[in-house]
Amino acid sequence: MSTTTTGQNETDQRPATGMTRHLRAGLQQLFAFAGLILIMIVFSLASPVFFTWGNLVGNMLFSTVVIGTLALGTTFVIITAGIDLSIGTGMALCAVMAGNFITTMGLPWQLGVVLAILFGGLVGLVNGLLVALAKLPPFIATLAMMMAADGLALVLSNSTPIYIDAETAGGFMQLSTGTLIPRVPNAVLVFVVVAVIAGIVLNRTILGRYTYALGSNEEATAISGVNVTRWKIAVYAFAGLFTGLAGVLIAARLGSAQPAIGMGYELQAIAAVVIGGTSLMGGRGSIVGTVIGALIIAVINNGLQLMSVPQEWQNVILGAVIVASVYIDTLRKRAASST
Amino acid sequence: MRRRTLLIGTAAGAAVMGLAACSEESGGGGGGDGDLPYIAIVSKGFQHQFWQAVKTGAERGAEGRATITFDGPATESDVEDQINMLQSAIAKSPAALAFAALDSRAAEGLLQQAQSQDIPVIAFDSGVDSEIPLTTVATDNKAAAAAAAEHMAELIDNQGKVAMVIHDQTSGSGQDRRDGFIEWMEQNAPDIELLEPQYGEGDQNLSANITKSILTSTPDLAGIYGANEGSAIGVIKGVQESGKDGDVVIVGFDSGQAQIDAIESGVMAGAITQDPVGMGEQLIEAALKAINGEELSATIDTGFYWYDADNIDDPEIQEALYE
Repeated sequence: MSTTTTGQNETDQRPATGMTRHLRAGLQQLFAFAGLILIMIVFSLASPVFFTWGNLVGNMLFSTVVIGTLALGTTFVIITAGIDLSIGTGMALCAVMAGNFITTMGLPWQLGVVLAILFGGLVGLVNGLLVALAKLPPFIATLAMMMAADGLALVLSNSTPIYIDAETAGGFMQLSTGTLIPRVPNAVLVFVVVAVIAGIVLNRTILGRYTYALGSNEEATAISGVNVTRWKIAVYAFAGLFTGLAGVLIAARLGSAQPAIGMGYELQAIAAVVIGGTSLMGGRGSIVGTVIGALIIAVINNGLQLMSVPQEWQNVILGAVIVASVYIDTLRKRAASST
Repeated sequence: MRRRTLLIGTAAGAAVMGLAACSEESGGGGGGDGDLPYIAIVSKGFQHQFWQAVKTGAERGAEGRATITFDGPATESDVEDQINMLQSAIAKSPAALAFAALDSRAAEGLLQQAQSQDIPVIAFDSGVDSEIPLTTVATDNKAAAAAAAEHMAELIDNQGKVAMVIHDQTSGSGQDRRDGFIEWMEQNAPDIELLEPQYGEGDQNLSANITKSILTSTPDLAGIYGANEGSAIGVIKGVQESGKDGDVVIVGFDSGQAQIDAIESGVMAGAITQDPVGMGEQLIEAALKAINGEELSATIDTGFYWYDADNIDDPEIQEALYE
C-alpha cells in the first residue's frame, strides 16, 4: 500500500511549498493512524484473542471489506465537495444485477461480475449527470438515487433473494471466502488491491488531480480551461464502480443477492471517510485516511463485540469516536493555520 | 437554458417512474373493486421471504372475498416508515386493517384513530401492546423460542456456552424469541451458560460479523441461536467462515433456501418454522369475521414446527417452508 501513503494534494491552491504540504498531509494520516494503533492496544489489553491473525484478518478486516469498498469510491465524490447517499442501496441493486446476470440469465460468473461492476458505474454516471449537467445539489440527486435504487433492487429481484448456484458458479463465492493466499480471505485481498488502485488514481492520474481541483475551487478550475462538467460526471461514474464491486462482494459472501440489504451502509461509509480526515467541504482527503477510517470503525465494532459490550453501547461509542476524531482534526487545522 | 429545463424534466420523469414502481410493489388489488370489502395489510417488510409467504397466504385467503393491499417497509428497522404506511392505510378507510408492528408502542396513536373511524384492527405476527386490536393472529413466539431452546439443550447435552443473535430489541417477535429462549434455559438447563444477546438487525452481513466475533472471544462455544431468517443465515455464514462447521450446534428460526440447504448439509442442526402461508390465510379470515361483526378470540395461534434433517421432507413441514 506504499503507493497510497503520500496522498499529496497537487492542485492545492494555497501558496504552500511542496514540503509543508507533504508534511501536513503526512501529519494528518499519522494522527489517524496513531488513533487506530491506540484503539488496537486498548482492545489487545482488554481481550486476549483480539490480537490474533484469525481475528484481525479473518474477522476484523473481512468485516471492513464492504463498507471500506464503498468508502473508497465515496472519498472521490466527497473530495469534489459532493456527497453520495446512493451507495448503500446502489450496492444492493448491483448485487441484484449480479444475481440476475449469473443466475437468471445464466451468464458465466466472471462476466456477471464485470457487468455488475459496470452497472455500478452506470448508477454513478446517472448521479454525475444529475449533479453536473442538471445542476441538482449532490445531496438531493443521490438521495433520489438512493430511493430509486432501493425500489429497483426490489422490482428487479421480485422482492426475493436471488441465490447463486454453488455448482455452476462456485467460483463466484470464492471471490469472497476463498483463500488465494493461505489464511487471507479473498475479499480482503480484493479490498487491498482496489484500495491501491484508488490511491494511484487519486494521486497519480489526471482524474485524481481534477477531483481535488473541483473540490478546492471549481470556478478557478473552469477558468483554467478544464471541462468541469465532464470531469465531475467522470468522478461520479468512477465512484459508482466501487458501489458495483461492493455489491459483487456482498453477494459473493452471502451466496445470494439480498435486495433489501444496504440502507444505512452509506452512512457508515461516509463516517469512515470523515474519520479518515477527508473534508466534507471538498479539496482535501486521501485514500489512506479512508482506509484507516474504515479500519477504526471495524476495530471498534469487533473489539466491543469481543468484550461482549451490549450492542446499544457499541453505537454510542462509535458516535463518540466520530465526534472526537473530527474535532481533533479541526483543532489541529486551526492550530496549523494560526501559525 | 432550454436544455437544462429538458434535463430536469427527464429527472422528474425518472422520479415518477421510480414512484410508480414502488406502488406497484406494494401489492395487488388496489382500493376499490366493486362490492368486495377492502382489507389493508401493513407488514414488517419485504426483507425476508417470510413476508412474501404471508402475502401469498393472504392473497389466497382473499380470493373472491376481499381486495387487499400489502405494504411493508424495506427493512425491519424502519419503524417510522412503517408508521407512515399505517397512516396512509387508515386514510384509505379500509373495511379492516391488519397490522404487524415493528415497534408495538409507536403505533398506538394511529390505532386509536382507526378505532375512532370504526375500522376493525387485526394484529398479526407480533402482538401489539394495545387494547385496540380485536385479535392477534400470530405464532406464539415465546413458546416457539422455548422449543428452540429445548432442542438446543438436548443437542449439546445440557451443558456449555450458548450465544444468541437476535434481529432487534424493539419488536415483539425479537423480544419474545429472545426471552422465550432465555427463560427456558434458565428454568431447565442450569449448566448452560448464556452469553449476552447480540442484535444484527436481521442483516445477514452484520449478523455474520457478530457471529465471528463471538466465536473468536468464546472458542469453546457449544451452540448458537439465530432468531430469524437473516440472523440465522448470518450465523451460518459466520460459523462457516470461521471454519467451525460441525463444532458448533446451530439452531435457527424461519426458513428460506439458505437455512434449508444448511440443514440438509448438516451445518445447521435444525430450526423452528412458523406457518406464514397459514398466517396470511387466517388473518384474512379474522378480518372478514371482524367486518361481519363476529366475535373473535383474543389470540389466534398459527402454530410452529421444529424441523431438521429427519423431518424436512414431511408434507406438513414442506407446506410451512419457503425457499
